[in-house]
Amino acid sequence: MEYLSLFVKGIFVENMIFAYFLGMCSYLAVSKTVKTAVGLGFAVIFVLGITVPINYLLENFVLKEGALVWLDPAYAAVDLSFLSFIMFIAVIASMVQLVEMIVEKFAPALYGALGIFLPLIAVNCSILGGALFMQERQYPSIGEATVFGLGSGVGWLLAIVAIAAIREKIRYSNIPDPLKGLGITFILTGLMGMAFMAFMGIEI
Amino acid sequence: MSTDTATAVAPKKESLFSKKNRKLLTDPLDDSNPITVQVLGICSALAITVQVQQAVIMSLAVLFVMIGGNVIVSLMRNIIPDRIRIIVQLVVIASLVIIVDEVLKAYSPDISEKLSVFVGLIITNCIIMGRLEAFALGNKPGPAMLDAVGNAMGYAWILLAVALVREVFGSGAISFPGVGQVKFLPESWFMANGGFYENNNLMILPPMALITVGIIIWIQRSRNRSLIEEN
Repeated sequence: MEYLSLFVKGIFVENMIFAYFLGMCSYLAVSKTVKTAVGLGFAVIFVLGITVPINYLLENFVLKEGALVWLDPAYAAVDLSFLSFIMFIAVIASMVQLVEMIVEKFAPALYGALGIFLPLIAVNCSILGGALFMQERQYPSIGEATVFGLGSGVGWLLAIVAIAAIREKIRYSNIPDPLKGLGITFILTGLMGMAFMAFMGIEI
Repeated sequence: MSTDTATAVAPKKESLFSKKNRKLLTDPLDDSNPITVQVLGICSALAITVQVQQAVIMSLAVLFVMIGGNVIVSLMRNIIPDRIRIIVQLVVIASLVIIVDEVLKAYSPDISEKLSVFVGLIITNCIIMGRLEAFALGNKPGPAMLDAVGNAMGYAWILLAVALVREVFGSGAISFPGVGQVKFLPESWFMANGGFYENNNLMILPPMALITVGIIIWIQRSRNRSLIEEN
């Protein structure tokens, strides 16, 4: 039940885009058609689902104060948390590279679909954001961290597919010239964000 | 590096503040603004604009990381192997961000608390990566620094404009460090004291940041119609 609640919270209440604005750059750049938006969305779920648990292990067994006790009790006072940014981003960049190679080898069809998006994801804020929120919120187990990562990814997919669908339709509308493209996308995202605020405070 | 030393030392070489280099500094403020035109670095621009104070700190942090990153990468541009340049750039940026984070934690822990993960997210702020890729890798440190300053300023003024609108209409006051809140309207005007004015709480919530940026883009593109997109 806790897992379900965490998952739903990640999708709706704490949506990466509408509540925290994470991953906005690719959200704005790759939302012109639904097809590419779906591809990028699944790539984000995939990478978040892999990197959040890995970073969780890193945080709890290497970086946190006293996390190195499993090596030797003498390390109880070692606090490496100042290294967390550089470690997290290194994990993300190398995981993205690794995932890209594995997908290319074993699932060429998926690679064809995700292909160009995978490298982009290394600098998508929502991935590093997921790792940093995981660190800040101190999830008690790796299961919860994973569910949080997957939920956030699904929320991101939902947001980008929704805006891509709206942008495909809005091409036929009569928008003031200076608002075309970027301007109207910002305003639409704001309106969608207001709608998503209705989910605030939901508990399951 | 002041203007006179730059012109006095190198009469033959292009001076640091030549017309071309001045353009590097002023272009990002308007015609190629990182946020409204290049669409880079949106995440942090939206999330930390509830208060002017936070926006100022964030802009300073980005200014520092951008100058550092651009100059360092520009100095190393001939020795970075092309294949691993993204990782090299990320390491340079991440080290600079760690410095910013530690300084913030030490000198203003409450601001550091409010910015929470967004200090760390400067690493993936696309402005910095984007400028490193597009400019620092192919230019000398001097122009790279000007480009960094220009882009950071272009980022900063949007941030400040959004934060000003949101804080003034959302909280009815601007809080300064050390001074506290400065109110613009007399207390008796507020609904709580029997007046007619009420703060617009919606301005503090996330959606209004997006709409405010949307309106800034609208104004900018009405003034400069060459920026208008086709569809």
